[in-house]
Amino acid sequence: MSAALVAILKRDLKLALRAGGGAGIGMIFFLAVVTIVPFAVGPDLPLLKRIGAAVLWIGALLASLLGLERIFAADHEDGSLDLLFLAPAPLVLTAAAKALAHWIATGLPLVVMAPILGLMLGVDPRALAAVTATLLAGTPAVTFIGLLAGALAVTLPRSGLLVAVLVLPLAIPLLIFGVAATDAAVNNEVPFGAPFRLLCAISLFFFVLGPVAAAAALRHARE
Amino acid sequence: MRLLAEGLGSTRGGRILFQGLSFAVDAGEALVVVGPNGSGKTTLLRLIAGLLSPTVGRIALADSEDPVSEAVHFVGNQDALKGALTLGENLAFYRSLFGGEGDAVDEALGRMGIGTLAMLPAEVLSAGQRRRAALARLLVSHRPIWLLDEPSNTLDADGQTLLARLMQEHRRRGGIVIAATHVRLNLPDEREISLGGAA
Repeated sequence: MSAALVAILKRDLKLALRAGGGAGIGMIFFLAVVTIVPFAVGPDLPLLKRIGAAVLWIGALLASLLGLERIFAADHEDGSLDLLFLAPAPLVLTAAAKALAHWIATGLPLVVMAPILGLMLGVDPRALAAVTATLLAGTPAVTFIGLLAGALAVTLPRSGLLVAVLVLPLAIPLLIFGVAATDAAVNNEVPFGAPFRLLCAISLFFFVLGPVAAAAALRHARE
Repeated sequence: MRLLAEGLGSTRGGRILFQGLSFAVDAGEALVVVGPNGSGKTTLLRLIAGLLSPTVGRIALADSEDPVSEAVHFVGNQDALKGALTLGENLAFYRSLFGGEGDAVDEALGRMGIGTLAMLPAEVLSAGQRRRAALARLLVSHRPIWLLDEPSNTLDADGQTLLARLMQEHRRRGGIVIAATHVRLNLPDEREISLGGAA
């Protein structure tokens, strides 16, 4: 069973990193979002510094949405989804393996980029560390929420917008506690740990809910 | 190994495809499902694989509690190959997905006559070559029940001979072959189910 899951993880990573796999699109999009903010709000460094963490979170959240609608649809179109159903691994774990591969290929690079892009906004070092930690805890949850949306959209053509509409409301708590934890790290009014732990708790909740709900949606979709 | 189907009925989109279908297939037997387009051949194969649930009736293995879906290989209309991966990588994936104890990938591709293509990305292959690769999946992991949906589609004469030989070998080892087709596969002592009462 675990061999099957490792095989799925490795195949999806390979596909994401090959030409046309789309792993780089999210990084470029993240860069673009963070770059246009100073053009919109003006080159006011104290202001950028204050809103920097929020901008990074919004950028990473939006970039995380890219490609989620293809997470099962691509397998559905070429028939390999049928074979994943026949594999000796439970569908819930198969779905989780696919989400993990998607996050490693698209989410993890965003986490790595965040502190570098933060420098462009003049975010101070403590906030950079905090925003990186919160993105590391929060972006996998975005992918796991997207797993459900991708499963619901499996048979729909051009479902990218639908996925965004389904994921964003559920991702709001992640955004709130992610940015709150970063503020806490800078302002010392509340300890960093309190909102950060809540963020981790919400993430853990979605790690469970995402694959279970996605498996249910896929079973429903194949009928 | 004995596959039982009892009182199967299936309704797709409000239309009854078939009902009251019962059959048993023993180890070494071949069952050919025939019928006009839209008569439910593919649906029947997907029911057996557990990819669809029957509206009524049940499908089970007579001598085992295991789900049927873990005993079947399914080769459908689509070849389930990823264009960006090489043929070898595609097959290696299915080998480990299904347990990793079948023939080696090179050996399986060689037997299907496409051994020299292993390093090519699947997207550059012809339809017939892709079909051969999909059939090579039957070899890289051993499962007792083969469900083949129009297996000879796009295969050349040579490929069809190869397919017939594979099915014979599989049956000799005690495997079951269930194929939906409208070309004659000419398997020795094949049994036939004819669908298509639903007009």
